[in-house]
Amino acid sequence: MAEMLLRDAMSKALREALDEDERCFLMGEDIGAYGGAYAVTRGFLEKYGEERVRDTPISESVFVGAGVGSAMIGMRPIVEVMTINFTLVAMDQIINHAAKLSYMSNGQLTVPLIIRTVTGGGGQLAATHSQSFENWYASVPGLRVVVPATPYDALGMFRASRKDNNPIIFAEHALLYRVRGEVPEEYYEVPLGKARIAKPGTDVTLVAYSGMVRVAEEAAAKLEEDNISSEVIDLRCLSPLDLDTVIESVKKTNRVAVVEETWKTGGFSGTIASDIQEAAFDDLDGPVIRINGPDVPAPYARNIEQLMIPSADWVVESVKYNFGL
Amino acid sequence: MATTLNIETLAKEDALEIFTQMLLIRRFEEEAERLYRRGLVRGFLHTYIGEEAIAVGAIPNLREDDYVIGHYRDHGHALARGVDPKAAMAELCGKATGCSGGKGGSMHLFDAEKHFMGGHAIVGGQLPLAIGIALGVKLKELDSVVMCFFGDGAVNEGEFHEAMNMASLWKLPVVFMLENNLYGMGTDVNRSRAGGASIYGAAEPYMIPAVQIDGMDVMAVRETVSEGIAKVREGTGPVFIEAMAYRFHGHSMADPSNYRDNEEVQENRSRDPIDKFREDCLEAGKIEATDLELAAEKVDLVVQEAREFAEQSPEPAPEELYTHIYADPEEN
Ligand SMILES: Cc1ncc(C[n+]2csc(CCOP(=O)(O)OP(=O)(O)O)c2C)c(N)n1
Ligand SMILES: [Mg+2]
Repeated sequence: MAEMLLRDAMSKALREALDEDERCFLMGEDIGAYGGAYAVTRGFLEKYGEERVRDTPISESVFVGAGVGSAMIGMRPIVEVMTINFTLVAMDQIINHAAKLSYMSNGQLTVPLIIRTVTGGGGQLAATHSQSFENWYASVPGLRVVVPATPYDALGMFRASRKDNNPIIFAEHALLYRVRGEVPEEYYEVPLGKARIAKPGTDVTLVAYSGMVRVAEEAAAKLEEDNISSEVIDLRCLSPLDLDTVIESVKKTNRVAVVEETWKTGGFSGTIASDIQEAAFDDLDGPVIRINGPDVPAPYARNIEQLMIPSADWVVESVKYNFGL
Repeated sequence: MATTLNIETLAKEDALEIFTQMLLIRRFEEEAERLYRRGLVRGFLHTYIGEEAIAVGAIPNLREDDYVIGHYRDHGHALARGVDPKAAMAELCGKATGCSGGKGGSMHLFDAEKHFMGGHAIVGGQLPLAIGIALGVKLKELDSVVMCFFGDGAVNEGEFHEAMNMASLWKLPVVFMLENNLYGMGTDVNRSRAGGASIYGAAEPYMIPAVQIDGMDVMAVRETVSEGIAKVREGTGPVFIEAMAYRFHGHSMADPSNYRDNEEVQENRSRDPIDKFREDCLEAGKIEATDLELAAEKVDLVVQEAREFAEQSPEPAPEELYTHIYADPEEN
C-alpha cells in the first residue's frame, strides 16, 4: 500500500472528480494561477484550464452562492473557501440558501455542492485565522459536515461526498496536510456517517475528530504506559453523526472523554456528551468529560497559543484525574 | 427613460394576454389579502399590487429554457412565469398541494419545472444564486438567460455588488431586473442610498449596460426587456434594467404605513399600470371594452378556482416535517 500526504490525497480526490465527471468544476480564491493557498490544486489550471479551475474574486458570498446556483441546475461544483474563518462572510449563502433549498422547494431542487475549506489553529495565525466552525455548521439541518483525520479518509470520504446530493462542508485541518498515511491503489470509498475506531481499548473511550484524533491517539499511547487501555473513536463526520459507534464503545468502557479543538461553550462535545448520557446513563461510571479549548480568542505568541489547544498530556491528566485512574 | 412602444404594433391577442396576466396578478393578490384577513394565509404576505407591469412586461419575453429568480414579493413573478394559480394559492394557505408543498409559503414559491427558481426572502440572497445558475448555463454551453428580480433595498447589500462584479467579469447571461418602488419596507430610497432614488448608475462601475424605464408602463417594460434579453443571449454579458415603480399597499400585511403620506400614495395610484394599459388599448382601438370584460370574468373564475382549491386542499401530513431536508440518495 502506498503512503501519501493528506494534501496529495486531496489532490488525487479532486483530479478524479474533474477526470470522471464533466459536471464537476473547481472554484475559489487562488486555486488556479497561485496553485491553492495550501497547494492542493497546484498544476490544476495548466491541466484542466480556466473554465474548470476558476480563480474567483475575493467575494466569498457570490462564489459560494454561484456554487449553489450552478448545483441547482445540475452541475457538481466543488468550491474552495481558503479557510473556514472566511466562510463567515458567505454564511448567508451556506445556511439560508444551500441548506434550505431542498426543503423549501419540497424536493424540487437539490444542491449537490461540496465546499472544501481549511479549519483549525496552531499555526500562530492569531484570533481571526485560527478558528474551527465545523460544530456550528453541524447544527444546521440540510448540511453535511465531513472532517477527515487521515489521508485514507480524506480520499475515501471525498469520493462518497461526490455521490451525495447535498451541500457538504468538507473541512480539512491545516496541520494535517503534511500527515502521511496509507492509501490503497485500488478504488474504495468511506461512507459518510460511519465513525472509525482508530484504536480499540477497554478502560476509557476518547472521542475526537479532525486534528484532535492524533492528539487522542497520542494520549492513548501515553495512557497505555500506565496500563490504561483507551479506545479512540474518530467521528469522521459531524453530520450525519454516528452515535451508535460511540455508545457501543461507552457500554464497554463505561468512561468517556470528548476531545475537541474549538471553544467549550457551544462546542460539539456538548452535544455528544448530552447524547451519551441520554442513551447510556446507566453505563457510565462518571460524568462525560469534555476537553475543549478554553473560551478565548486565539493568541499569536506560541507559548500561550499552545495553552488553548488540547494536547496529549492535557488529555492524559484529565482522564486520570477525573476517572481516578 | 425609454420611450413607450407604440401600442399599434401589438397583436390583439398579445394585448389581451398582457391585460389578462396583469389583472390575474391583481385579483389573485386581492384574494390573498382577503384570505389573510380570514386567517387562512399567515406569516408575511407581500403584495405586488401596482407593480404588475414589470413582471408581465418582462417575463413573457423569456423562453421556456430561460430561468426566473427573485425576491419574496414573488406572486407576480410566479404567475407571469406560468406557475399554476391553484398551486400558488395553496402554497399561501400552507397546503400540501402548494407549489412548495406548504413548506415555503408566500415568500418562497418554487416551480423547478417552469424554471421558476424561487422567491427568496433574505434581501439580496438571490443575486449570488442567479450568478450560479448563469454560470451553470455557460458551463453547459447553453444559450439560456437568467432573469433576476430584486428591490431598491437589495442594492445596498454586499451580495449585490459581488454579484454585479462577477456577472460582468465572467460575462454571464443575467438580466438584472431592479424593481425600484422607492421604499425598502418603510425607508425611502433617498434615505438609504447615497446618490438618491435613481439607481441604474450603480451598474456603470461594473461596466454593465444599464437603463431606467417606467415600470408602470407595461409596453415600455416589454420593449426594453426584450432588447435586453436579446443582447444577453448574444453572450456578451449581463444587462441591468431599473424599472421605476410604486407599491400601492403596505410592505406586507403587517405594515402600519405611517412613513408615506396618503397624497403620495393616491398620486401614484392614479397611474395604475392596469388602468393605463386598458385605456391605451381602448384609445388605440386595439381591444373592445367587451373583450376586456370577458377577460376580467375569466380572471375572476381562475382566482375563484384557485381559492377553492386552496381551501379544500389538505394540510401537509405530519411526516412531511421530515421530508426533503436532504436529497434522495438515488438521484445522482
Ligand atoms: C438580509 C435581510 N435584511 C433584512 C430583511 C427584512 N426585510 C425584508 S424586506 C425588506 C425591504 C426590502 O426592500 P426592497 O429590496 O426595496 O424590496 P421591496 O420589498 O420594496 O420589493 C427588509 C428590510 C431581510 N428579509 N433580509
Ligand atoms: Mg423597494
